[in-house]
Amino acid sequence: MKVLLSWLREFAPVEGDPAFIGDQMSDLGMAVESMQVLGEGIGDIVVVRVADLRRHPDADRIQIVDVDAGDGELRQICCGAFNMSVGDLVPLAPVGATLPDGMEISRRKMRGEWSEGMLCAADELGLDDGSDGIMILDPTTAAPGQPLSQVLGLDGDVLYDLEINPNRPDAMSIAGVARDLAARLGVPFALPEPDVTPGGDAADGRISVEIVDPDLCGRFSAVVLDGVTIGPSPAWMTQRLSAVGMRPVNNIVDISNYVMWELGAPNHAYDLARVAGPTLRARWARPGETIETLDGVERTLSAGDGVIADGNDLPIGIAGVMGGASTEIGPSTTTVVVEFAWWDPMTIARSSRALSLRSEASSRFERGCDPDTATLAARRFAELAASMGATMAPGVVHADGTLPVTPVVQVRTARVNALLGTDLDADAIIAAIAPIGFDCAAHADGDDVVHVTVPTWRPDTVTETDVIEEIARHIGYSTIVGRRPARATTGGLDARQQLRRRVRSVMVGLGASEAMPTPLLSADDLRLSGLAPDAVVITNPLAAEESLLRPSLRPGLLRAVAHNAAHRNPTVRLFEVGRVFVPPGDPTSLPSEPEMCAVILSGEPAPAAVRMLDVLADALAVDIELLASEPVGMHPTRSAVVRCADTVVGVVGEVDPAVVDHMGLEGPVAWMEVDLDALAAVGSSSRNYRPVSRFPSADVDLAFELSEQVPAADLRRAIVRSAGDLLVDLQLFDVYRGSGVADGTRSLAHRLRLQAPDRTLTDVEVGTVRQAVVDHVTTELSATLRWFA
Amino acid sequence: MTNSDAHPLVARLDALVSQAASAVAAAVDLDSLHAVEIELTGKRSVLVEAKKQLGGFDPDERREVGQRVNVVRSAVAELVESRRAELAAMERRRQLDADRLDLTEREPVRAGHLHLVTQARDHLEDVFVGMGFTVAEGPEVETDFYNFEALNLPASHPARGMWDTFYVELGEPGTVLLRTHTSPVQIRVMEATEPPIYSIMPGRVYRRDTADATHTPVFHQIEGLVIDKGISFADLAGTLDAFTRAYFGRQVQSRLRPSYFPFTEPSAEYDISCVFCGGAGCRSCGGTGWLELGGCGMVHPNVFAAVGYDPEVWTGFAFGFGIDRMTAQRSGVDDLRDLFTNDVRFLEQF
Repeated sequence: MKVLLSWLREFAPVEGDPAFIGDQMSDLGMAVESMQVLGEGIGDIVVVRVADLRRHPDADRIQIVDVDAGDGELRQICCGAFNMSVGDLVPLAPVGATLPDGMEISRRKMRGEWSEGMLCAADELGLDDGSDGIMILDPTTAAPGQPLSQVLGLDGDVLYDLEINPNRPDAMSIAGVARDLAARLGVPFALPEPDVTPGGDAADGRISVEIVDPDLCGRFSAVVLDGVTIGPSPAWMTQRLSAVGMRPVNNIVDISNYVMWELGAPNHAYDLARVAGPTLRARWARPGETIETLDGVERTLSAGDGVIADGNDLPIGIAGVMGGASTEIGPSTTTVVVEFAWWDPMTIARSSRALSLRSEASSRFERGCDPDTATLAARRFAELAASMGATMAPGVVHADGTLPVTPVVQVRTARVNALLGTDLDADAIIAAIAPIGFDCAAHADGDDVVHVTVPTWRPDTVTETDVIEEIARHIGYSTIVGRRPARATTGGLDARQQLRRRVRSVMVGLGASEAMPTPLLSADDLRLSGLAPDAVVITNPLAAEESLLRPSLRPGLLRAVAHNAAHRNPTVRLFEVGRVFVPPGDPTSLPSEPEMCAVILSGEPAPAAVRMLDVLADALAVDIELLASEPVGMHPTRSAVVRCADTVVGVVGEVDPAVVDHMGLEGPVAWMEVDLDALAAVGSSSRNYRPVSRFPSADVDLAFELSEQVPAADLRRAIVRSAGDLLVDLQLFDVYRGSGVADGTRSLAHRLRLQAPDRTLTDVEVGTVRQAVVDHVTTELSATLRWFA
Repeated sequence: MTNSDAHPLVARLDALVSQAASAVAAAVDLDSLHAVEIELTGKRSVLVEAKKQLGGFDPDERREVGQRVNVVRSAVAELVESRRAELAAMERRRQLDADRLDLTEREPVRAGHLHLVTQARDHLEDVFVGMGFTVAEGPEVETDFYNFEALNLPASHPARGMWDTFYVELGEPGTVLLRTHTSPVQIRVMEATEPPIYSIMPGRVYRRDTADATHTPVFHQIEGLVIDKGISFADLAGTLDAFTRAYFGRQVQSRLRPSYFPFTEPSAEYDISCVFCGGAGCRSCGGTGWLELGGCGMVHPNVFAAVGYDPEVWTGFAFGFGIDRMTAQRSGVDDLRDLFTNDVRFLEQF
């Protein structure tokens, strides 16, 4: 919402530094997004008359313009715009001038022709009027040689662009902003009574209004203006409208917009001659009903839309959203009927959304306009029209539907102070909100409760808390002194959150960097990763590439690896800790979202990932085992599932070489993933202390020949099981394949460290353990003892 | 007896000291030193011979020559030992030089790097934990009830347009979605526990915004929720101020400005004084001296109603802000999309 300081001052004597005024508006919740002193930076710009237009001899997109700055001397300008004609008055930035964006104008040659300055478009002067091309000035107000800022009457005026919150419909108008600001600054606020002298035939009888559906339309007022001559608006009005971002059209349309902007009263002007009946009838649309709106689009309505229908019951406007083309003001219009209505906000919100048609009017109606402003707005419209020769017909034709009840809110001072942490009494509360029109009745119940009648322009305020927010806003949030809650609480991360942090720090310590790919994937990503197309589907994705929720971290990390490979980093170590989404079996429940940790090592074989898994398991104090397996998308003979306490908690190995190939990567790519939730559920994170023995230990080395079909893990498990409690450490220290070892087998040499907590082991004890292990392994695994030591 | 009357053997012994000095100095390694030592003090050495001859001397001679033998013996021994230590040191040095390693002859091994967003999130969590908060989490795929309705955003609420929402094909159409903020976790926490509540809710959220330098459809937020007896707007202001100073630095200030959110009332924008210019005004803060961080306010009575808390007994505040943009800005990253490209040239800088 753009407001001009000069416009605000028509309602309240707002004085002071513009920056200070801006700060006050921000502090009231009308955040100043930008502030611009108009005319600033255009001090060098002068008005010139176009004396001649010629083709540039060597360029099609530039023409040569001779201009006269009132001194009779012609200056040649090269100009890229073609929207002006001989005789037009246009702004010139002469040589030496500086534009608002800091650009300095110098004498220069353009394709061989001299240009002695630059003709300016409005936006180049920081004066967006929404038009293209060079700004054409009104010859009734401008003359060659005048400074442009003087012509535009902008000297010193300040334009603020305010961000208005949805709960501040009142601030969608100049008057509303002025009311709030005046209260903050302690200056009087007044809505001037329009000066109107009606004449001619009364409106009643010439136009009738009818509210068919009172739940749609709470109020409908209409006035008739005779003697209208359609033409341009006066410069002061077009300048103001342009400044706040409304494009000037013609006098009636401009007044309509002006009144809306000024008083927050959206309205609509019809050419009375084109309204059948002449009757204006507010009713719900019939499904399938069509109307051509002012923008020339044929629209089909549904039952949720409201319409204004004419005497033939045909729609001539979409309630609160946009008028119809059939009754549009045109050059020949002489009599105008202006509608001031109050529409149900929810209806307008729904309707404008359903029709994808947002207008300045709809954005105000959907927040809730002041139903009581119709008469004032109608008279203001008439006053402005009178200055352009029109006369208001006596009387306002009027119908009422169902309006929201203005609530009286009981505001407890104790509650105010409890919620705000303040120490306000009833008088202070009243002093805060009475100036913005909240009528505070004498507190009959003593000092404890204030009876607040909410003004009609604040339909957002209905509860005690709503009023408390207004109190806080007007005493100023910054006056509320901060303090800390009194309760002493104990914060902390829970075990699961600590686990996540430990996982991350282990990964970082192992040289992997944390990636964060998007969880949104395409079906192609899953296919390329060799994964099943089983994923939660997004109904309204931004793009097909991001239409699924990842069921695995693998596609995202593969893509990250591919990105780095494409940027000459073919070997990277990345990890991610993040959730995956498992589609629920029952489509009415939510997906499960296990949190996974995955590592991808490009250019490294499977054992690299296994090593990282081992370190992770050790750091987390969980016992895992690997079970050779062919998980989907993984290398069929170089992968395993990870088990912890007989539950599968992950996968480790290499990515399927076919997938690596499809991704255009150089293999191998090692991979490890662990379901942290599953791990946390089954894994123990505490280990029982076993005292360190003070007695000497004895080592036994055993080398077995074991079939390649039997995993080394089985041998290890067999040794552990058969060695008994004396085994304190076990290391695989040699793997040998080759001569001396049978084909299809390999030799695996383990060192067993045996130790008792309470004595030195005898040779006999050591020999017993060794024999037990040899017996067990050779029988259970069909292994042969190759040697021992 | 005088020196001139000295026994001839004494002269030989005296000469021996200087001979020994040059012989010892000439030994270039421990082996040759050993040979010299044998020559000087071994069985056939002058010293041993002199000692053997002592028995044939008269007592005066024996004492004089005997003393001299001892003096020379210890002088020679000292020479040998000192040379031995010297040679041993040289020998050790030779071996060490042979074992020399150029420690700079390497390809540096690097630690991995935590993602910038994780670093920020961990730090935020730590600050709030220090202030007595616990950390709560919830699902990213949510129902309309938790994401909107329970937060005082019924289906027809116009403010729903403030969040562009991704829906998923689960449940009734338009009822299951990707959470647009971490606020649904507040509802879940309130449903699951009784006050008092002092919790933060960090996590990933989704908005249907086309990615550009300042927006990504997937990003991270942190929210806080405090519910207790006697909690007021002043507690909100004081808590955020304490957080601001703990996280951003003692000199950084916070301020609250009126705003609107359906789930809080009164609502506020939470700004901090510009961390780049100290509040003087610069490009980063658009010349205002303030950076907009997030939103906050007192928990709306309708939110309490949705979870069955009595707003006359309990009051509370909530706050929230985005992590990615804040941390990117502080780190000088001017395109948010770079956070999620996973380029090691980016990741390894943090």
